[in-house]
Amino acid sequence: MKLRTRSHRRMPTRDGVFVYLPDSASIMRLDAEAVTVLDRFECREGLEAAEYLAETGRGRDAAAEVLEELCDVGAIRPVEEVRPPSSSLPPMPFPLATLVLNVSSRCNLSCTYCYEYGEDKLPGQGEGKRPASMSPETALRSIDFLFESARGRRDVSVTFFGGETLLNREAIEAAVDHAEGLARATEKRVHFALTTNATLLDDDIIAFLIDHRFGVNISIDGDRASHDRHRSFKSGRGSYDTVVPKIRRLLAAARGRTRPIGARVTLTRPLPNLRDLYAHLTHDIGFDEVGFAPVTSAPNRDHALLGDDYDDLLAQYSALADDYVAAALEGHRHGFSNLGDLLRELHEGVNKAHPCGAGLGLVGVATDGELGLCHRFVESEAHPIGDIENGIDEDRRREFLEKGHVNRKIECATCFARPVCAGGCYHEAEVRYGDASHPNLHYCDWIRAWTDLGLRAYARITDANPSFFQRFERTSS
Amino acid sequence: MKHIQPVNRKAKRLAEWVAGSRDEVRALQDTDTPFGCTTVFAPGWEVDSGGGTHGLCQPIERDLYDCYHSCYWPAQVPDGLTNWPSWAESCGAPMNDWKNIDLVFP
Repeated sequence: MKLRTRSHRRMPTRDGVFVYLPDSASIMRLDAEAVTVLDRFECREGLEAAEYLAETGRGRDAAAEVLEELCDVGAIRPVEEVRPPSSSLPPMPFPLATLVLNVSSRCNLSCTYCYEYGEDKLPGQGEGKRPASMSPETALRSIDFLFESARGRRDVSVTFFGGETLLNREAIEAAVDHAEGLARATEKRVHFALTTNATLLDDDIIAFLIDHRFGVNISIDGDRASHDRHRSFKSGRGSYDTVVPKIRRLLAAARGRTRPIGARVTLTRPLPNLRDLYAHLTHDIGFDEVGFAPVTSAPNRDHALLGDDYDDLLAQYSALADDYVAAALEGHRHGFSNLGDLLRELHEGVNKAHPCGAGLGLVGVATDGELGLCHRFVESEAHPIGDIENGIDEDRRREFLEKGHVNRKIECATCFARPVCAGGCYHEAEVRYGDASHPNLHYCDWIRAWTDLGLRAYARITDANPSFFQRFERTSS
Repeated sequence: MKHIQPVNRKAKRLAEWVAGSRDEVRALQDTDTPFGCTTVFAPGWEVDSGGGTHGLCQPIERDLYDCYHSCYWPAQVPDGLTNWPSWAESCGAPMNDWKNIDLVFP
C-alpha cells in the first residue's frame, strides 16, 4: 500500500519536533525516529510501505512500529484514501449562545474609517430606514428571544454594540435587568459585554458596568497622535483627551472586580509602532489586554493597509509575540490578545467548520428587532435571517451555513491554517467580494504566516513551560 | 505511543482514541478476508465479501447478490458458486427485474 504524509506544519523545539496536523488540529511531539520516517514519506506520489520496511533491514520491526504510530495519528495515510466529504451542519436549529444588540446606530464620533457610515457600509446600512435607537421594548423582546432560542444552554451572553452603545443606556439597563431576572427564573447564567468609544463613561455607568460584571472593550487607537488621526468628533476635534481620563477612572474602579478590560485598536495606514502603542495602552493607561484589527475597507481607501503594510504588521506582531513568549516563560500573562486568542484555539485543538459563530450560536439584532448574521451585518440588506418576533428563518440560516462551510471552500482544502481560519470573516468577504461565503483569498498568505507564528510561539512556550496553558483550560471549560 | 507524544488537548483525545482502538477490535477490512463460504468463519462483523464496509446491505439487492455470488453469508439464497450459477441470469437490473428470479428446489 502506498503511503504519504498528510498536510502538516513542523515547529522545531529543543528536543525533537512538534507537528501540527490540520486534519485533526492536534499538536504532537515527535522523536528523532518519527521525524526520519515522516521525512521519508514526504513525497507526492507516495511510497510503498513494504518497500520502505524492506530497506530498513534489521530495524524493520522498530520502523514498522514508528510507521504505525504515524498512521494512527493521521500524519501518514494511504495515498488513495478517500476522505468522505462532510459539510454537514450540527443538529439544527442550533441553540443560540450570544445575542449582539445594536442598541444605537447613532454615534457621537465621526471616525473616518467607520464601516457603518463610511464608503464601505453594506447596502441598506446607515440609510435611516430604521429607528436610530433600539427601544427598551425591543431590547426586552430580544432578551426573551435569546432565552427561548438558547434552550438547554446553561450560559448565555448579551453583547451591546453600536454606533455608540452608551447613547442608549435606557435599552441597555432594561435588557440587563430583564436578562438577570430570566436567568434567575430559568437557572441560566447570563454574561454581558459592551463595546464603547468611552466618551460617555461617567461614575454612574462605571458602577453599573462593574455591578453587572461587564466585559468591556474600548475602541482606542493608541497615543494622542495615532488616536486623533481618525477618531474625532463631528467638529473634527480629536477624542483622545476626552476619553483617556474616563478610561482611567473605569480601569481604577474595575481593577479586580470585572473581567479584563480590553483596548481594541483599529490599524490604518501608515502603521504605528505597535510595541510602543501596546506599552502606552497597558503601561501608561492600564488596559489588561490590547487587540489589534486592520481596518475593514475596500483596497482603494487612503487608510486601507496595502501589501507592504501587511509585511510590516506581521513583523510587528512577531515582536509582540516574542514579548508574549518571554512573559509566558516566566509564568506571567501578556495582554497581546490577538496572540492569546490564537494560542487558546491551538491549545484546545479547535477545528472550525465555520470561521466564526455568526448565524450559528450568535446573531445580531438591529434597532428595530431584525436579525442579522452578526453585529456587522445588522441593518444591511445582506443575509437577513429573521426578526425577534418570528424568530430565525431556519431555511435561510441553513442555506447560509451550508454555503459558508469550510469544506465548500475548495481553496481552503489543503491549507494548514484551515482549522483556525476556515476562510475568514464573512463581513470582510462581503465587502471584498460581494459574497460572504467567499474565502478571503486576499489575506491567505498573511493568515498562514500568522498561524505559523502562533504555532511557533505555542511550541516555544510548551517546550519550556508546559504548565502555562493550563490557565486556558480553567477559563475555557 | 512510544515515538509520538500528544501536546495539545485535541492530541490527547486523539491519543486516547488510538490507544482504545488498538486494544479493542480491528476492522475486518484491515485484514485479508478469505473468499467463499467454506473458508470464512464469519465472526459477525458487518463487512461484505470483499472486506469492505461501504453500503453493506444498502440497497437490499446488494446484500442478496453478495450472499449469492460469493456465497459469503450463510443466508437463504441459492449458492451461486457451485449449485445454481445461473440463478440470477434473468435479473439484469435487480431494482427492476427482481420479480424474475425464482425459488430453487434442491
